[in-house]
Amino acid sequence: MLKLRGRTVALRKSFQEPRLLIITYRADIPERLRANFAFLTDSELPSSEGFAAVLVRGAVSDAQLDASGATDVYRLGDEYHYLDEGDIVRLNPAQDTLGALFRVRSPNNTILLTEQCNHYCLMCSQPPRAVDDFWIMEEVLELIRLIPPGTPSLGFSGGEPTLYGDRFVRLVRHVKNHLPHTHVDILTNGRAFKDQGFADALGDVRHPSLLLGIPLYSDDPVRHDFVVQSSGAFDETVRGILNLRRANVGVELRIVIHRETLPRLVQTCRFIARNLLFVRHVALMGLEITGFTRANLDQLWIDPVEYRDTLSEAAAVLTDYGINTSIYNHQLCLVNPDVYPIYKKSISDWKNEFLDECESCERKADCGGFFSSSVQYRHSTNIRPMHKVLSA
Amino acid sequence: MSKFQPLTFYDRNGGAGRGAGKPSYELMPFRFTELDPQRFVLSNQAGEYLVLPKKDLYDFAEHRLDATTEAYLDLRSHQFLIDAHTNVAKELLAIKVRTRYERVANFTGLHIFVVTLRCEHSCPYCQVSRQSEDSSAFDMTSEQADAAIDLALRSPSKAIKIEFQGGEPLLNFPLIRYIVAETKRKAQGSRELGFVIATNLAIVTDEVLEFCREEGVCISTSLDGPQDLHNKNRPRTGRDSYQRAISGIKRARDAIGKENVSALMTTTEASLGHVKEIIDEYLALDFKGIFLRPLSPYGFAIKTKSYRAYSVDRWLEFYKEGLDYVIELNRKGIAFREFYASMVLKKMLTFEDPGYVDLMSPAGVALGAIVYNYDGAVFASDEARMLAEMGDDKFRLGHVLENTYEEIFLNETLLEALEASFSYSVPMCTDCAFEPYCGADPVQHWGLQKDFVGRKTESEFCARNMAIFKHLIKLMESDAGIKRLFTTWAQ
Repeated sequence: MLKLRGRTVALRKSFQEPRLLIITYRADIPERLRANFAFLTDSELPSSEGFAAVLVRGAVSDAQLDASGATDVYRLGDEYHYLDEGDIVRLNPAQDTLGALFRVRSPNNTILLTEQCNHYCLMCSQPPRAVDDFWIMEEVLELIRLIPPGTPSLGFSGGEPTLYGDRFVRLVRHVKNHLPHTHVDILTNGRAFKDQGFADALGDVRHPSLLLGIPLYSDDPVRHDFVVQSSGAFDETVRGILNLRRANVGVELRIVIHRETLPRLVQTCRFIARNLLFVRHVALMGLEITGFTRANLDQLWIDPVEYRDTLSEAAAVLTDYGINTSIYNHQLCLVNPDVYPIYKKSISDWKNEFLDECESCERKADCGGFFSSSVQYRHSTNIRPMHKVLSA
Repeated sequence: MSKFQPLTFYDRNGGAGRGAGKPSYELMPFRFTELDPQRFVLSNQAGEYLVLPKKDLYDFAEHRLDATTEAYLDLRSHQFLIDAHTNVAKELLAIKVRTRYERVANFTGLHIFVVTLRCEHSCPYCQVSRQSEDSSAFDMTSEQADAAIDLALRSPSKAIKIEFQGGEPLLNFPLIRYIVAETKRKAQGSRELGFVIATNLAIVTDEVLEFCREEGVCISTSLDGPQDLHNKNRPRTGRDSYQRAISGIKRARDAIGKENVSALMTTTEASLGHVKEIIDEYLALDFKGIFLRPLSPYGFAIKTKSYRAYSVDRWLEFYKEGLDYVIELNRKGIAFREFYASMVLKKMLTFEDPGYVDLMSPAGVALGAIVYNYDGAVFASDEARMLAEMGDDKFRLGHVLENTYEEIFLNETLLEALEASFSYSVPMCTDCAFEPYCGADPVQHWGLQKDFVGRKTESEFCARNMAIFKHLIKLMESDAGIKRLFTTWAQ
């Protein structure tokens, strides 16, 4: 597991306010450019005047610091070993913290927009907080300006991003203007789009590659409302999805499978096939053992080996109707072979691990593995090394 | 105390058996029909069905169904009821119903040109063909063809399909050439054009196939089964109809590609009892499916008693045996479809309409397909011109040289037939759970009962389709594997 946020040790400090900085190993970039960059080095400290900050991994002497001309120098722990040329970090001198906001080599860059939410899902991995954190938006707009235009894809999550209202729509337009070739995934509960005007406003952005990931946990409105802990959520979400369709905005449905969604999983997929056939993708997702899931673990946990046949049946309903379907967050040895074609290695690189018994598995390379949190807190007791099937 | 609420917290105020026990759900429009003595089929406005035990249906209809039962949850998620928790059903139904009827706005897509009535076959069940050398008496003229093309291109439909029928249309091949060229010229790329020749392939030449390849013309042929049966059903000089069809299919596939050559079979009395051999014949020829069709009750079929030679029950027996066999084939890993079931299943399992003329409501006559006959007369459907051959030109809408587009499509008889037969409002149909799957067939009912609507209790159309609908649903209810197979057929 990669540690994306952590502490720094300040060696020299001249500014206090948080800044977004681009990581570089090159000390020789023109001085005029350096104000946006954090120069990252192991122990050598060449002249580094003009860099917004210097980040050192090893030990440096005061003499070196003096000679370098650097005004803001921080020492990083080993946990930041992954930082790479072009990555974007948030340095907060006031609290001596540093967070990696964007990693050039990662396919899983997700930007958190707010921790506020109008849902309170039983298995929320990012428990909502009732704090005014809308200041984040300004920083995100700045971050978007720094991200390289060749970036293939970018994700946004919350909390509930649509709580920003019109500012949410402006964000999407901003992303389109700065990163016109970048695919954008946004996680939202979709309820705000019950207002056709809001859906139309998003549609009017005409983002060339936008997909809203919306959860639909049951065809039974009561069960959906229960899972998200909010009365009336089901109807608003379904209306939102219909309105987004009218506004020509792409929608992906996401179903997290646990003991409370499993009883109607097949019926839910049938409901999608009969009513929301136009969705671009449906993701059937395993449980991440973090956030509220840990609090509700005994209520939610079921070993995937116990529902493998139900998963196959649910997936078949969707694929038989021609719906683009994926299975996320499952281990290959726990699903039936009939779903291999839609099985995806989905767990973000920074929180993806395997068990010791996986080392001898001949299909490890095809397996998505575990969330770090699963390894730590709860995983199937039925993990078995697999053998390669010789193709005939 | 947990900060999370239990499921029951969100289930307050819904359904019967809650709180004060006062039922509090509203019924959405639905229909029900007995499937067997224990079970009923319920269908919603968009044609989604549920099979429920009699008791659940009664409880549901009388507002006393417990909201915690599976039946309640299924009824709610299939838009049979709304309650305090959800009313999005109205919007979902509206969208689906609109999608289902979308094709009506597209208007006529299929235009049948009868380029000649002459034929070198003399099939006893054939409704219309003539054995004649006299081309002037039974061939369409280029002047008539010009007028028919103009009418076809007046249709607002973006996709126009022109099907050449006969007789044996290849006996007037020069006119086919002319019509294809003229239609393309006049459409000037404004439409998606498709062409099909319905031919027995007996006299197909390399020249014809070359033309089909160059112009993108498909071929639909007749194949009634194995050699003995086919040749018995389809006599011609030389008794070689089968051999010619087989060789024609091969040559046509080589010339225009397998996907562009299809075959249709007709069930005669001689076919009964041989459904497996007939299907095997299609399999052996590597067709991906078969359309098990009953004879239509017109023309020579009635005159020669071929039609009356078998009852609805005997045909259904034939059909069910065939369907069972097709299912068995799929279980063995041989992908093969029955196309009539596929079209019905599309209506049952999706919200799209397959656009099959016999199973449309409003009726498919003129709206789905229209016929320009060899003599320039315009008929509301293929069946309508067959009826005319029997002396009843009720559905003759006009003539290509004498009437305008408006006169033809606003023909009083047509409008009356369409309105009267709309099955949503027809006695008995309006209460039938299978109405969303069925069609209005005013021509057939007029032909047999001299009434656009017809008496459904005496209608063979109704008996046959009702039996098929029930059969398909019973199969799906009894076997999840069949339901999966049928779902793939419906796509």
